[in-house]
Amino acid sequence: MEISELLRQLTEAVGVSGDEKEVRLLLRDLIAEHVEEWRVDSMGNLLAMKRGTGESDLRVLVDAHMDEVGLMITDAESDGTLKFETVGGIADHTLLGKVVQVGPKKLTGVIGARPIHLLKRDQRTSVVKSDSMRIDIGATKKENASGKVKLGDRATFLTAYQESGKMAMGKALDDRAGCAALVELLRREPYPFDLHAAFTVQEEVGLRGAQVAAYATRPDVALVLECTPAYDLPNKRDVSPNVRLGHGPSLYVMDSATIQDPRFVRHIMRTAESNGIPFQVRQPGGGGTNAGAIQRVHGGVVTATIATPARYIHAPISMINLDDFGNVVRLAEATLRGLNRDLFER
Amino acid sequence: MNIELVKQLVEGYGPSGFEDHMRDIIRPFIEDYADEISVDTMGNLIARKEGDGSGLKVMVAAHMDEIGVMVTHITEKGFLRFTNIGGVFPVTLAGNRVQFADGTMGVVYSEKRESRTEVHGLDKHYIDVGATGRDDCPVSVGDAAGFYRSFRAQDDFLVAKSMDDRIGCVVAIEALQRLESTPHDVYFVFSVQEEVGTRGAEAAANGLEPDVGIAIDVTTTGDTPEAATMAVELRAGPAIKVRDAGMIAHTGLVRLMRRRAEEAGIPYQLEVLEGGSTDARSIQIAGPGAAAGVISIPTRYVHTVSETVDSGDVENSIKLLVEVLSKPIEL
Repeated sequence: MEISELLRQLTEAVGVSGDEKEVRLLLRDLIAEHVEEWRVDSMGNLLAMKRGTGESDLRVLVDAHMDEVGLMITDAESDGTLKFETVGGIADHTLLGKVVQVGPKKLTGVIGARPIHLLKRDQRTSVVKSDSMRIDIGATKKENASGKVKLGDRATFLTAYQESGKMAMGKALDDRAGCAALVELLRREPYPFDLHAAFTVQEEVGLRGAQVAAYATRPDVALVLECTPAYDLPNKRDVSPNVRLGHGPSLYVMDSATIQDPRFVRHIMRTAESNGIPFQVRQPGGGGTNAGAIQRVHGGVVTATIATPARYIHAPISMINLDDFGNVVRLAEATLRGLNRDLFER
Repeated sequence: MNIELVKQLVEGYGPSGFEDHMRDIIRPFIEDYADEISVDTMGNLIARKEGDGSGLKVMVAAHMDEIGVMVTHITEKGFLRFTNIGGVFPVTLAGNRVQFADGTMGVVYSEKRESRTEVHGLDKHYIDVGATGRDDCPVSVGDAAGFYRSFRAQDDFLVAKSMDDRIGCVVAIEALQRLESTPHDVYFVFSVQEEVGTRGAEAAANGLEPDVGIAIDVTTTGDTPEAATMAVELRAGPAIKVRDAGMIAHTGLVRLMRRRAEEAGIPYQLEVLEGGSTDARSIQIAGPGAAAGVISIPTRYVHTVSETVDSGDVENSIKLLVEVLSKPIEL
């Protein structure tokens, strides 16, 4: 299957945190013939093992999270519209007027926005709070709505995957881009060690799935494949663009959850340099990846994160550069094949 | 107390995540006294002192790392923008100096202020390393720096940039040196990444699964002009922690520490810290859990370049730790 089709299937599948089944089933089918074992743990993580050549006894885990940010239905109003809470980090201003798919039946709904004709002057420039928004699925009464949707059902944006030149656009590229990269890695030739793959749940609500996946896997080394926000649009001030589309995989050094292992980061940078793969250092600061949950289980794990830069994540449509994605896969594969215990001697 | 040891430790470079140099400084001071020394995955330096088999598995944690800054951007004119590593407060910054791992020194200052009382956030501060542009700038995005200030000992009044928690490391090192025999298997853990969320101790405790965890760390005081109310003061002995923002200390362990202090005639005070926490927080809930407590060294001006302790308090903290470790721990 070519990359475009893989990204299309993965981004169009629905898997809001805590309800990742559709994505998990899709991934299971995508990897089943390339791994020796797979299982689903109690939280819903898909854990797989690809047998290595036996040259190395390192325990290596590669993680990508299956879940995406979204909404959860909390009540139906008397007029049939649905109240909701956000699941994971979604800014209110990304929601109004957007088309969403609701519940397991994927009912189409719209987050209703008052037309400009009916807005007072000051309302035109203010951000509407999500708790005063409602999802309209075309029901006219509470009973009508509650017959179709249950409290606790998830909702997410309805977005078709598309490409324009080197750009790929879709919802949930955070972190289906990481999932797609991990699928690609599993399809390659065996590695010197058994490769443990974790497609994890509930990252967007606090790195929860990876914590138990790492505990169960007991890795020596863990590589997290992520999708990180790019902020590369024109800016007057002399500030970093964070990461830019088309400038290669981005490497994490420090975020709010993790100081990545400097020895592993150095190994990745040297691997990139010796293979002629471009890379960029993600501006240190906020944010966090599953590395934060994996790093400290048992006696500690050597962790690093490689991410595909994306514009507009945690919104209805995000955008990546397909060359960046290809380079994430190349860099991750070369990084894994170059792993050995000597890199981490103290 | 070995004042030369204090000087070496507090002047060493070691912001969270970049503690290699601190490990190299500490190792020679503990080598001859430990039965086994190891470094774990995250970089914690672990010295094991074997017990006689009758006691418990005890983890003593003092963190090697210090607060600092990390470069996020280099401007066209060669100035560095940065983010914090741990609790760095903007009011402490202007005119201070930082030092990178390779020795490069930089001056921190802020953009123009509208009034003399205004303090900018970190994002409006920068570091000047004397570069004129990106090409001659000796540091890169992702490089970490610690603060830079020499140690002063004015009789018992000890002032340095990173008493937090190098003075705790001093207490642990000297306790190990003085500890002739113990019923317990004691693991002295010189931990990493405490200032960013007690992360090193979490991994170490997950690996060791101790019965008892004792952190040695600094705590703030309430004894300076118009200070926030707190019943801890300088020169009144080590503070036995009862509670902080991240942990309620094991009551049996608190009782035992008080009894050991009273038996040995060591002055002590009880501590309730309303903001902040220590490695003991992580140790308490790691793996199957541990009885956790803290011996705190009262410290003024925490998280500035002039963290201040009393040498008598330090000496008494060492004595208290030795008392606790050399005798049975009944919880």
